[in-house]
Amino acid sequence: MIEAKNISKVFGDRHVLKDVSIQFDKGKTNLIIGESGSGKTVLMKCLVGLLEVDKGQILYDKRNFSEMQLFERKAIRQEIGMLFQGGALFDSLNVEENVMFPLNMFSNMSLEEKLDRVNVCLKRVNIINSNKLFPSEISGGMKKRVAIARAIAMKPQYLFCDEPNSGLDPKTSILIDNLINEITHEYNITTVINTHDMNSVIEIGDKIAFIYKGQLWWEGTSLDILHSQNEELNNFVYATELLRKLKG
Amino acid sequence: MLLKRVFMKPDRWKVFRKQTFIEMDNLCIDSLGIVAIISVFMGAVLVIQTAYNIDSPWVPLYTIGFTTRQSLVLEFCPTIVSLILAGKVGSRISSEIGTMRVTEQIDALEIMGINSPNYLILPKITACVLINPFLIIISIFLGLIGGWFVAMFTGEVTTHVYLLGIQSFFVPFEIFYALIKTAAFAFIITSVSGYHGYITKGGALEVGQSSTKAVVYSSILIILANLVLTQILLG
Repeated sequence: MIEAKNISKVFGDRHVLKDVSIQFDKGKTNLIIGESGSGKTVLMKCLVGLLEVDKGQILYDKRNFSEMQLFERKAIRQEIGMLFQGGALFDSLNVEENVMFPLNMFSNMSLEEKLDRVNVCLKRVNIINSNKLFPSEISGGMKKRVAIARAIAMKPQYLFCDEPNSGLDPKTSILIDNLINEITHEYNITTVINTHDMNSVIEIGDKIAFIYKGQLWWEGTSLDILHSQNEELNNFVYATELLRKLKG
Repeated sequence: MLLKRVFMKPDRWKVFRKQTFIEMDNLCIDSLGIVAIISVFMGAVLVIQTAYNIDSPWVPLYTIGFTTRQSLVLEFCPTIVSLILAGKVGSRISSEIGTMRVTEQIDALEIMGINSPNYLILPKITACVLINPFLIIISIFLGLIGGWFVAMFTGEVTTHVYLLGIQSFFVPFEIFYALIKTAAFAFIITSVSGYHGYITKGGALEVGQSSTKAVVYSSILIILANLVLTQILLG
């Protein structure tokens, strides 16, 4: 479980996050939604420690992450897997080496054991016979899947995904969504996804948090969201004319 | 602050060693071609220019070999070759790390709990500081060969006299001075370029700007360090 308690983040005179308190549950796919510029990416970066919060606390299973020293955070970071918007695969390494990278850095496995683990992870994300390809030689959807394989290689307790569907066609988006959802339930991981893809929200959102102007505006499930009376949330969810008509 | 993180203990020595050997190949061995071409032509031009400036019959002809060696050892090889490497290696380091920054690859390293400046910059510094002095020795040798070729083909000086010149008044400390300078310049090139790459923000345009800054600042610092080191070691 990950908890953010009264966190605030200021850039110059812009209050990007204002006193946000939120809890992400274990074994669930937790979604952060919101308009572009609402602060959801900053919230995720604060959660993983890429940005320091100006106020408040971040707790990973009651361990106060925001007050830890660099070396203390290292231990928690090895329990974190993250899928970046563009995949963030290392260009100079092939698919196999990318997935093996965290194992090389932090495990004492033999080469055979590492290769076995790599192949298990790649098979889990439905990538076969592509071990020796470089990131420049694979498609966007494959990059995302390899990035998921790399993220789960160390058997993480926490999985963060920053807009996993961006730049993907609807069919591949559903595939990636389902994959993340399955992995979350299969390994009982605390997953936090940053998205504005409404299809993901309805399909895989166990718990949804709507961020509006840097504040936590609404929380609920994918069923609640369809019946919400919150005006700002409805403006976001039913942004297109088609959806507004469907809602009636 | 960044240098402090760069010089922390590597997360894995085995990975650090592997990365250092890769960087030795990418940054140093890969530069051998350009260093060789520049050195041969530098030596050749030095012989022609020195011969051109010796008008008086009282100045012995072995001065051509002597002057060529002194110029190559004291200044041309360590400084000019380092300036060329600041352009080649510096822009490579800066654009490589800068691209990793803007494509979130550095964030990915940080999330994994890896000390990213240490993982990315320290092997480059180690590789260049260790290997560049060898490159400069090769450069001096090739410069002298280039000078010898020209001396032979133009008939400015005989091989015997040229060889006598390059062996005259040899002070081994001067080689040490050249190597110390080269190692210092290698540190400047890799650390300055690594820093500019690491702090890149934005996209392709900013990666280009970082590369330019890396080359400009490295070159200026090399020239300043050259003056300071020369004063300290030879002054």
